[in-house]
Amino acid sequence: MRVNVTVNGEARQADDVWEGESLLYLLRERLGLPGSKNACEQGECGSCTVYLDGTPVCACLVAAGQAEGREVRTVEGLADGDRLDPVQQSFVDAGAVQCGFCTPGLVVAAHDLLNRVPNPSDEEIREALAGNLCRCTGYEKILDAVRAAAK
Amino acid sequence: MEFLRPANLAEALAAKAEHPDAVPLAGGTDVMVELNFDHRRPDALLDLTRVAELAGWTVEDGVVRLGAGVSYTRLITELGEQLPALAMASRTVGSPQIRNRGTVGGNLGAASPAGDTHPVLLATGARVEVASTRGTRMIDADDFYVGVKKHSLAPDELIVAVHLPVATAPQQFAKVGTRNAMVIAVCSFAVALDPEHRRAGAAIGSAAPTPRRAAEAEEFLAAELPWDAPAPLRDSVKRRFGELVASAAAPIDDVRGTAEYRRHALAVLARRTLGWAWQDYLGSERTCA
Repeated sequence: MRVNVTVNGEARQADDVWEGESLLYLLRERLGLPGSKNACEQGECGSCTVYLDGTPVCACLVAAGQAEGREVRTVEGLADGDRLDPVQQSFVDAGAVQCGFCTPGLVVAAHDLLNRVPNPSDEEIREALAGNLCRCTGYEKILDAVRAAAK
Repeated sequence: MEFLRPANLAEALAAKAEHPDAVPLAGGTDVMVELNFDHRRPDALLDLTRVAELAGWTVEDGVVRLGAGVSYTRLITELGEQLPALAMASRTVGSPQIRNRGTVGGNLGAASPAGDTHPVLLATGARVEVASTRGTRMIDADDFYVGVKKHSLAPDELIVAVHLPVATAPQQFAKVGTRNAMVIAVCSFAVALDPEHRRAGAAIGSAAPTPRRAAEAEEFLAAELPWDAPAPLRDSVKRRFGELVASAAAPIDDVRGTAEYRRHALAVLARRTLGWAWQDYLGSERTCA
């Protein structure tokens, strides 16, 4: 089937999409956007978090066909040209990026949190990032990055 | 595989009648996992996310009609006062990303014994509104779950909404998991006080082939709770309640916990949640007086 979807502000089209295919596969393999990572494919790790019509979701749990006519914003769509989004910059500055696999999902989740709650408490940060697993950092520097981005 | 994309409820029901094997797809938090892992290859997917009739809730005559497509996030932010235990259970579902997509309708459709909302639906006497091109009918939550991941819908029926009474007294939900976030219940429990009918609902999850009510425990509470002269509950009442709840379970040993542990944990959850709910009730009674 054909899927039409607006990705990072641009109208995109994909053909020969399998009906059981996920939005994550569509983004990575058909539209050439590898920012969202494919890890667990069961919504456990959050590495594929993207905005769907402004709401953070696991792209692996959205059927590609469900995105028809909708707006998707991926981690690639957060930066303004060459200028990183403040959340992205904060992750770099705080050393919150190690292997980097979980980073795109964490950045989108943190970006959404700070849009909703400009000055979150530590509890709110932990809750907002509860769906994103990181196996390297121990999370402390990620928390630092979000706290710094909130300032 | 076909991808069916009805624009409204009439189209959705027509599509389900024509393709009874089609798998309804809302938040996708269960169905997509099965597809991603090649555990399921249905002939058709029936995307319900465009059906506006499923996406809202209303309150009428003290009953919330909760559309099957309302996300957990919306339930938590919009219905926390009317449906406190359902909101509590929703808060324990997955992660923010999962709660943004997942729905009570989907929880019912999957009918997993571990579904987080089931004990609340049972304890509060919820009814499930299902529809087909043949018409609409209501199924009591008690009659909804018929086996492991099995419910009582006909192949051409879709879950349209859940009807729950607006809470008139404290309710509680509690769940045991191996960590705080992103975890399936080892066991779960809900209790809902109903002072008007001098009753309390109690139900367990993840501790039997289906979610189920703890009928003996409910009868015990109806007789023992001092509704007319509210006073702190004796420990012995809470403990006996816990024992009766545990005795309603028929758990299995599995990777998440042993049957013995589940029975023990249920007794603890029941004792604590009853204590919290009754304490809240006493507080609200005093405030009113």
